[in-house]
Amino acid sequence: MTTYFNEMYQDGAVRAPYARLNGWTNAMPAELRQMKQAEAEALFRRIGITFAVYGEGGDPDRLIPFDMFPRVFTAAEWSRLERGIKQRARALNAFLVDVYARGEIVRAGRIPARLVYQNEAYEKAVVGFRPPKGVYSHIVGIDLVRTGPDDFFVLEDNCRTPSGVSYMLENREIMMRMFPDLFRENRIQPVDSYPEILRRTLASVAPLKCDREPTVVILTPGHFNSAYYEHSFLADLMGVELVEGQDLFVEGGFVWMRTTEGPKKVDVIYRRIDDAFLDPLCFRPDSMLGVPGLMDVYRSGGVTICSAPGAGVADDKAVYTYVPDMVRFYLGEEPILQNVPTWLCGRADDLKYVLENLAELVVKEVHGSGGYGMLVGPRSTADQVEAFRHRIEADPENYIAQPTLALSTVPAFVDQGIAPRHVDLRPYCLVGERIELVPGGLTRVALKEGSLVVNSSQGGGVKDTWVLAE
Amino acid sequence: MLSRTADNLYWIARYLERAETMARLLEVGSRIALLPGSGQGFRNEWDSLLQASGTADGFARKYGDPVQRNIESYLFFDHDNPSSVASCLTRARENARIVRTALTTQVWDALNTAFQELRQLERTPRSQAELARLTDWTMRTAALVRGAIDATLLRNDGWDFLHLGYHLERADNTARLMDVKYYVLLPRADFVGSGVDNYQWTTLLRAMSAHRAFHWAYGGEVTAAKIAHFLILNPQCPRSLISCAQGVTGHLDRLARGYDRSTAAQHQARALLGRLADTEVDEIFDEGMHDFLTRFIGEIAALGATVHESYLSGDAR
Repeated sequence: MTTYFNEMYQDGAVRAPYARLNGWTNAMPAELRQMKQAEAEALFRRIGITFAVYGEGGDPDRLIPFDMFPRVFTAAEWSRLERGIKQRARALNAFLVDVYARGEIVRAGRIPARLVYQNEAYEKAVVGFRPPKGVYSHIVGIDLVRTGPDDFFVLEDNCRTPSGVSYMLENREIMMRMFPDLFRENRIQPVDSYPEILRRTLASVAPLKCDREPTVVILTPGHFNSAYYEHSFLADLMGVELVEGQDLFVEGGFVWMRTTEGPKKVDVIYRRIDDAFLDPLCFRPDSMLGVPGLMDVYRSGGVTICSAPGAGVADDKAVYTYVPDMVRFYLGEEPILQNVPTWLCGRADDLKYVLENLAELVVKEVHGSGGYGMLVGPRSTADQVEAFRHRIEADPENYIAQPTLALSTVPAFVDQGIAPRHVDLRPYCLVGERIELVPGGLTRVALKEGSLVVNSSQGGGVKDTWVLAE
Repeated sequence: MLSRTADNLYWIARYLERAETMARLLEVGSRIALLPGSGQGFRNEWDSLLQASGTADGFARKYGDPVQRNIESYLFFDHDNPSSVASCLTRARENARIVRTALTTQVWDALNTAFQELRQLERTPRSQAELARLTDWTMRTAALVRGAIDATLLRNDGWDFLHLGYHLERADNTARLMDVKYYVLLPRADFVGSGVDNYQWTTLLRAMSAHRAFHWAYGGEVTAAKIAHFLILNPQCPRSLISCAQGVTGHLDRLARGYDRSTAAQHQARALLGRLADTEVDEIFDEGMHDFLTRFIGEIAALGATVHESYLSGDAR
């Protein structure tokens, strides 16, 4: 029987950051809790944050369940996390600049050339191009899990377009509206500066050809996208236009947007569409979401694309295993945050170990996301394990395996009252002229009893995440 | 402002106005149906409603004979009918979701709440959803959204595009409602001036919530000339053609000032308004009401096309 680290209760006592929450829950009768829960749901629905899962049918306006029980970090815990996250974001960007330039890390034999240059996410179209300020990934979402008081592990890096930050902001907004007393009693660091910092970050990487206050836009695939709410939410809070591909066109070496007053020049594009759809002339010719000619303007320094095309090569699950080496190689520092031990099924020794211990491991597709196409060994039937074994044997390169982590738990409100549920954490690190991190992030919680999968597409919920002031 | 955003705002207003017109039509229909002996019985009256709303063909394909219950469903709930109240409100809300950033929370709230209520209504057994309740709800909803727009929205170009949508749609709808009266409800010339004729005029006024207003403004006998003046040429009547033309012209002028440039739309709108202002009721009857209205509907559509080209298509230079 695995024991899990409970972030609130340790050895029968309440841990310090949760001290005041103890009294809060004790003083809250069940009826009040249900009332508040209903109120929270109504608020989310009225704001319009809903979440559509592709291909699942059902209610297109589904809500991600919001659990009112907050998750709390002390200032000291956070300060270590912050240093680790920023360090990792710097190393990932150094790696990206390197592999699209001389590839020193490959020459030094620290990472196999095949993993980089034959990676699907390696973008030949930007080889030799250095984006403004040498930043490829401007918003780095780093997924963390915790297994003990001081044991944090990075589960994966998201260097392309990590989503979910709107929940971080809205969860806080709703908690403050529903429980103002909590915020008077606890000294909780605010997160609402995120949109302003994001805008500043994006403006700081404007192309050299831009000689005035840069025009920033968010490029969305459109309102059918499941994250559309987030796109429009961020555009609103930053005070920038939310554009679709059809709103932009290329002329005279610049990108323009179609406005009621005629064309307006665009300097920085925060894109929320994948590389493959950015420019039909450069990538997928059938893309209707992108802007023909965009990549030419990008490479000639007429516009900045955030995150830069090609950034995906750094957040691949196989490349992930080498991030600690990147930290040492580029920064000359020891990594502050640990990786989860990972076996690459593409390596013969690793594959052997994985196949022998399949029932104890978590196996993921290298390019998978969203909790799809993965095996959680200890929670699967023998048949499922065997079926997965065949998939791995057929294409070992496509899989990695990790031990089943004893994910920490935080109390959550469930039907029976309050019970511990497993959580992870995604903070959003912003990289431009400076590297910045707001004190908070998105805590996802597996609301099904015993479940370790926190993805919203698999029954996960979200919590407000607090970082206490000193 | 992005052209696509402006286009969305413009259509939010047009859909809302159209939903309201549908509700008004349904109300007229149910009133007429309550009366004995108006022409050839209820069937004819309901049919004229379908003609008025431009949905007769679609209805005939789906249901065949105009039965009241089916017509109510078709004009209110049916998503196969692009002009039904449900279709219009759903699309208005979808457009609003796309341009959330150009709306205030209050406007979004009003639209989104309307959409959630609509979904409730759609789940209500039809036997419990009386027509009067449905039409009242639609008009209240439209009023709530309009109120939220007027009370909270920034007076920027987006506000102008919303109101261009409202006024153009309303001009078209008023003209169509009157045309029905003259062309469909009254197919035979010998009805003119009869009791039937007056009753139908009164119903038309009721449909535009202008019954009392008319009496305040004119008093005395209801005559075709007075009503034509009221609904076409009187700037005091909020739904009159001239009020709508003034609204369009005013908002286009605001846009021209704000953008510091004028387009073909401004010239066209002013010309239309100028012609209306110079028109006398006698001239309308001389031309023939139906011909006059047909010409007007064409002119409004042409103005809409010019607004589209000048601002909404994204091809402005």
